[in-house]
Amino acid sequence: MSTSASRIGQRFQQRLDAGRKLLIPYITAGDPKPEITVNLMHGMVKAGADIIELGVPFSDPMAEGPVIQKAMERALHYATSLSDVLDMVAEFRKTDNETPIVVMGYLNPIEVMGYSEFAAKAAKAGVDGVLTVDIPPEEADDYISSLKNKGLDPVFLVAPTTNTERMAQISRAGGGFVYYVSVKGVTGAGHLNTDEVSDKVEQIKAVSKLPVGVGFGINDAASAKRVASVSDAVVVGSAIVRRIEENATNSDKINSEVCKFIQELRAAID
Amino acid sequence: MSTDSAKYNLPDEKGHFGQYGGKFVAETLMVPLDELQQAYDKYMQDPDFIKELDFELQQYVGRPSPLYFAEGWTNHVGGAKIYLKREDLNHTGAHKVNNTVGQALLAKRMGKKRIIAETGAGQHGVASATVAAKLGMECVVYMGAEDIQRQAMNVYRMKLLGAKVVPVTSGSQTLKDALNEAMRDWVTNIDDTFYIIGTVAGPHPYPAMVRDFQAILGRESREQIMQHEGRLPDALVACIGGGSNAIGLFYPFIDDATVKMYGVEAAGDGIETGRHAAALCAGDPGVLHGNRTYLIEDKNGQIIPTHSISAGLDYPGVGPEHAWLKDIGRAEYVSVTDSEALQGFHDLTRIEGILPALESSHAVAYTAKLASTMNKDQIVVMNLSGRGDKDIHTVATHEGIEL
Ligand SMILES: Cc1ncc(COP(=O)(O)O)c(C=O)c1O
Repeated sequence: MSTSASRIGQRFQQRLDAGRKLLIPYITAGDPKPEITVNLMHGMVKAGADIIELGVPFSDPMAEGPVIQKAMERALHYATSLSDVLDMVAEFRKTDNETPIVVMGYLNPIEVMGYSEFAAKAAKAGVDGVLTVDIPPEEADDYISSLKNKGLDPVFLVAPTTNTERMAQISRAGGGFVYYVSVKGVTGAGHLNTDEVSDKVEQIKAVSKLPVGVGFGINDAASAKRVASVSDAVVVGSAIVRRIEENATNSDKINSEVCKFIQELRAAID
Repeated sequence: MSTDSAKYNLPDEKGHFGQYGGKFVAETLMVPLDELQQAYDKYMQDPDFIKELDFELQQYVGRPSPLYFAEGWTNHVGGAKIYLKREDLNHTGAHKVNNTVGQALLAKRMGKKRIIAETGAGQHGVASATVAAKLGMECVVYMGAEDIQRQAMNVYRMKLLGAKVVPVTSGSQTLKDALNEAMRDWVTNIDDTFYIIGTVAGPHPYPAMVRDFQAILGRESREQIMQHEGRLPDALVACIGGGSNAIGLFYPFIDDATVKMYGVEAAGDGIETGRHAAALCAGDPGVLHGNRTYLIEDKNGQIIPTHSISAGLDYPGVGPEHAWLKDIGRAEYVSVTDSEALQGFHDLTRIEGILPALESSHAVAYTAKLASTMNKDQIVVMNLSGRGDKDIHTVATHEGIEL
């Protein structure tokens, strides 16, 4: 498995050594309002999350389906910025120094902050990995070196359309884990084919030492279980965010509903 | 352009114009974009494809469009001689069709059965729906819900042509959001779908490909002005939404240092009000819709909603090649307010009997300003990118008239 000494690499190693597949829930920071995010992160860890993927709201989230688009709009209603998200991570780190955090978003907020300033601030806040949807390795030399300089893992996506040549390139450029996008489509799309996912994960593993997480089409305990059986980790986003949306006016209920769902996912994949 | 003798030769093989352009997209699109690039390179070398493209541009679009000496308007303005490149006379009424014919023929060669497009003013949507009807392809057009209100006539036109028009209600509900939604459709239906982007935006190879398909209007203008005047013009003027009509005009003149180039952005209510769409005049570099370029964004990197009376200019970005031409000083970018554009709309209509699109009216307004500062033996070529019939309701409403 990964030789990386990063918090992400270590966590994969420990969990997989113990025979446990990793559960990576995604929430959008600041959704439905900024005050609830840090609490919710702690709740998700207690409910069984191994790594947290924290979405940075962006005005033009091209790879998101309607559920996460609306989450970002709710968060942007409170003007939740990249700096705010890093502040939330720092707050979370006050009482949790173990759980790795991957910040997921779009390039422009990072461009505007500046790659090295972002990397320094993110590392200081306690971020472990950065997944930026719209920067492929071809465009990412400066971005990658800025992140790696600060000990941050640049997490890259592999898609159903990615050929093996690119898989190798992506795996060389990246760190932490490889994120396999299990469907052609946006987040929250359906129709995940476990056999196809299994083939692709094998192909990635043939060219990469990094563990492989799978996300985009996993919307319930059953699909999480199937995907976990053929990968190292499952990422669940829209299905969680939908529960936040349904309870947007009741913070306590958000916490309890999301945590209940994560427990179900945990039970299904263990 | 590093030395005077070097010919302009951008983008590089990765789609970069200096620091601008590139391919900033989710991984799912990377291989399909390579395939598009390969198909484009292949067919642009294929005499059979070029013959088909030329034939359709002549027989279906009606090219070449005239380069018309606007004598009455020239006299009215009292300065340089003004020529209008009459893209308004193309089939479907704007320059957009030059590009849609090219991309749709390419889609057909690539075996794609379904085309999608985004549209602001509806001109690109109409042009896409038109070629889809002709080629018997399925066509889906994404359009911001707000633009659907402003451009009701074009929406109905697209439906008559058999296209499905999908209202986009996310974000600011205008062109940028339509582009986001079209991209989402594309990643979902990547196997059978060709995305016809309507301007020189998007990831490589789109900015170069759309430019190349639009450059026919610049090449024609160059030949036509040589016929009329025996020399190159002193200045070129075109409006800038994403920048396709402007780059189409500018591109064949880039190596002619004596020809000044002016791109006219929408200043909306005035740049100082913050309600505008002038990315080059008032924006900063950033990454959106697959490329690095100038954007209208806030200090946190969020894209700010834009404003222009003209839906086709109401876009927070601009083609990356314009960003480069601005930085190296080869082209100059200026802006014109809604009310100045409306004045231009009325002037050209009354003086020349030519109703310009509100987009083109921005170029009209700036051309009048510019030409009046030049002398009588100088020449300005302005791209009249489209006709204004689609805007009559907007103009009437603006002036408190109910039709
Ligand atoms: C007539 C006309 N001119 C100009 C534009 C702006 O686009 P571009 O800057 O790509 O030429 C549009 C866009 O809809 C248009 O319809």
